[in-house]
Amino acid sequence: MTALSQVRDQLRKPKEIKEAEPRLPLRTQIALQLACVFITLTVLFPILWIFALALDPRNISRPDGLIPPGASLAAFARVLARPTSDEIGFLELARNSFVLASSVALFSVLIGVLAAYAFSRLRFRGREALMIAVLGVLMLPAVATIAPLFIMLNSVRVELPILGQFNLRQSLVGVAFAVISGALPFAIWNLKGYLDTIPKELEEAAAVDGATRNQSFFQVVLPLAMPALAVTAFLGFVSGWTEFYFVSIFLNDPSQGFTLSLALNKMVGAFGQTPWSDFAAFSILFAAPVSVVFFFFQKYIVGGLAIGGVKG
Amino acid sequence: MSAPVITAAAPGRRRRRFSPDARTALLYLAPAFAVMGIITFYPLLFQTWMSFTDFGLKNLSGKIAPNGVGIDNYVRIAESELNIPNFEFLRLLFFNLFWAFSNVVIHVILGVGIALILNTKGLKFRGIYRALFILPVIIPPIIVATVWRNLFDQDNGAFNMVLAGIGVLFKIPPDAFKIDWLGQPDDPFSFIPLPLAYFALLAANTWLGWPMNSVVATGALQSIPPDLYEAAEIDGANRWQKFRTVTLPFLRPAMVPYAIYGFVITFNLFYLSFFMSGGGPFGRTELFVTQAYKLVNDFQLYGVAAAFSVYMFFILMVLTLITNRLARATASYAD
Repeated sequence: MTALSQVRDQLRKPKEIKEAEPRLPLRTQIALQLACVFITLTVLFPILWIFALALDPRNISRPDGLIPPGASLAAFARVLARPTSDEIGFLELARNSFVLASSVALFSVLIGVLAAYAFSRLRFRGREALMIAVLGVLMLPAVATIAPLFIMLNSVRVELPILGQFNLRQSLVGVAFAVISGALPFAIWNLKGYLDTIPKELEEAAAVDGATRNQSFFQVVLPLAMPALAVTAFLGFVSGWTEFYFVSIFLNDPSQGFTLSLALNKMVGAFGQTPWSDFAAFSILFAAPVSVVFFFFQKYIVGGLAIGGVKG
Repeated sequence: MSAPVITAAAPGRRRRRFSPDARTALLYLAPAFAVMGIITFYPLLFQTWMSFTDFGLKNLSGKIAPNGVGIDNYVRIAESELNIPNFEFLRLLFFNLFWAFSNVVIHVILGVGIALILNTKGLKFRGIYRALFILPVIIPPIIVATVWRNLFDQDNGAFNMVLAGIGVLFKIPPDAFKIDWLGQPDDPFSFIPLPLAYFALLAANTWLGWPMNSVVATGALQSIPPDLYEAAEIDGANRWQKFRTVTLPFLRPAMVPYAIYGFVITFNLFYLSFFMSGGGPFGRTELFVTQAYKLVNDFQLYGVAAAFSVYMFFILMVLTLITNRLARATASYAD
């Protein structure tokens, strides 16, 4: 995977150093400003459209301007109460998405960082073969194993003390399994890339002081890898938060743990008139939590994103 | 396939003081491979077995075993003989390849072009533009897809509205702009055998895709030492010559791997095709990933879906091998 590691190296390069800005000829300045303003308009147009749509009180399709006449937050109130015809409110949908997203983030990073450390630091037989296995899975889109996972999870009935008895396929637990299958190889690969950049000398010094391998991992490497762990966990969270195809194939009843993405699909897929204002308000509420985090931490996340998202 | 990366780690000079690596490695790798064994590798094997059966809805309960059908599923897929509407294997393959290729070309050109503009020394408000241009990257793709589905809506979409608004100025009745962007069966250009929905998807994915290319290109541009440009100027190079001899050699090692990576991502891009055109009109904007989804979810043809996924697996493997060879061929440029 030379391609991926090259991308990462490029992105991890230190950014520019401040230098004196020369003055541009006025004509060039104006031409470039016009180009930039045009690009800004194309970038902002869909976003502004959705905001205007969400504020429109008529719940139709077309906003009459950025702030439409009689703008109100009624659409937000409606989707918070009950976004689709299903008997399930926004908060419950969001809770299900959150549970799914957090478990994907947590498990992929916890399990991933151990494997990443082994690949990054330890020499053992079969290392190359195992790494290629991880990479092969990384290249595979999640949909590629959907048929066997459906059949396999469908045949498992579990009984848990708190959650009761259920079919694994028809539950968020089963969905989480499937999503982790995509998030884990990415976490391993991404974290290995980061661990490779932590100088070996630090661990060698620890070894001289008598630290064992485990102590060296937990007390030297892990604290240093915290930024990478956070970014990888966030990317895992986003993939769980917006997960659609496993949820939509596995679950068939709202009580099994419908998520925000399913409600979104139901809103745009509805026959007849789509309630566009409600849809717009819902989209904003759905995207906001991850987009805001992303926006403020983009410097740290973009490097991880460039090689992530392989699972679409 | 990843030899350069793997062999890069040289053995430490100091004498090893930790306990033998192999046993530790087993401990550290066990959780990950236990999980991957259960939810990835075993399903892949199970899938291969399923692909040789007629596994369907009736077998779901586990009481009736599916019948072995040999390579029947594979043959029927390759000959487009499935009992589902609008399925044509070769058309699907070529469309999917062309979809990925055309998108990546546009992304790279726009991404590099805009990065060059934003890298112009002395350009005002550069920071503001950079902050704004990252917006498409931070919005979850599922939302981007549904929003663009709304923009292209026939009755209430933004684009038809805007066109009608412009049309009024030229005394064209607004009813002339009821363009069915995502479902129109006739091709917009008689000499290009692609439906209008393809161009709509292309527009949406262009919006989605160029900013990240621009970020990668910016990183490469900022790694160019300014003295190289000065030296080129002293040698009397014009703007184009400076671009070709200084900028391009620095861009290439960053952009080629990213373009390859983008190709795989776009090849497997589920959300746009699924939410915007739904694969239509007549399955002509269907991709492998959306088709696989429909085989399982809409048609419950689990055996066929398994064979289909095995095809996908090999196509992706071939693509990965080819692209990695390309990446390595251009990598020497960087070193």
